[in-house]
Amino acid sequence: LCAAVPLKDMKLMDVKLGQLSTWLAMRDFTPGGIAGAVRRGYDRYLNKYINVRKGGLGGVSMVLASYVVLSYIWSYSHI
Amino acid sequence: MNLSFFDQFASPSLMGIPLVIIAMMFPTLMLPSQDNRWITNRLSSIQSWLIHMITKQLMIPLNKKGHKWSLILMSLMMLLLSINLLGLLPYTFTPTTQLSMNMALALPLWMATLLTGLRNQPSISLGHLLPEGTPTLLIPALILIETTSLLIRPLALGVRLTANLTAGHLLIQLISTATVALLPSMPTVSILTSLILLLLTMLEIAVAMIQAYVFVLLLSLYLQENI
Repeated sequence: LCAAVPLKDMKLMDVKLGQLSTWLAMRDFTPGGIAGAVRRGYDRYLNKYINVRKGGLGGVSMVLASYVVLSYIWSYSHI
Repeated sequence: MNLSFFDQFASPSLMGIPLVIIAMMFPTLMLPSQDNRWITNRLSSIQSWLIHMITKQLMIPLNKKGHKWSLILMSLMMLLLSINLLGLLPYTFTPTTQLSMNMALALPLWMATLLTGLRNQPSISLGHLLPEGTPTLLIPALILIETTSLLIRPLALGVRLTANLTAGHLLIQLISTATVALLPSMPTVSILTSLILLLLTMLEIAVAMIQAYVFVLLLSLYLQENI
């Protein structure tokens, strides 16, 4: 199935545990690469939860809840 | 344990990196960009409806030249609305409680309206300093008063937003502290206080939206006089 795919382009779920460090080393960590990864992640989330015909409250609520959790983590030392 | 009740307004920072920038960028995640579909998703439809309604309200009193300001006024409106409402979630940081940010928004925009008026129609802009029908004796005093009120507008814009939001957050924190503190000793009073907290939270949601609207409305008013 995935015999001929080079290691660099394999998706994370298909990478075997032993190959993980090599896979991480070969990913694109330039600013352009990171921006591309953020954009891809954003688009995946958008298309799965928000850009659907009958998107409900859940898609937005997950973002808000994660924002609350993140803010809690940031301000933990002040509490 | 909070050292003082003002700790919630301190800019959060992680290893020295100011996180206020991320707090200001976060609203962009909530506003998806328009792709040219005929039937968009529900979030985009709600936002388009909201933006159209507010734009119509704001742009009706302005003449054709003022319509060029619609983009900046609408983006300002959406920014303030989203920042204010997101600040009501627990543990979040509201950048508009910082006077520096509100002054940075108010002063350049107000000055832009003033300079537009002075450049394109100087006598009409200066004429606004004297309302029609004032008695002759009062003219010097009134010009001084109107100039002062003109120059204090950016300060008022910034401070109004800051003070309203800061006071609201502070009240919520105080009343919730009271509710929690009263719970072991007087549960009934605690329940009453939590009712007050509920009403206050609803007020805060309204204030968050109203203050954003007022800011942008006043700017458009200053624009009407000058464009």
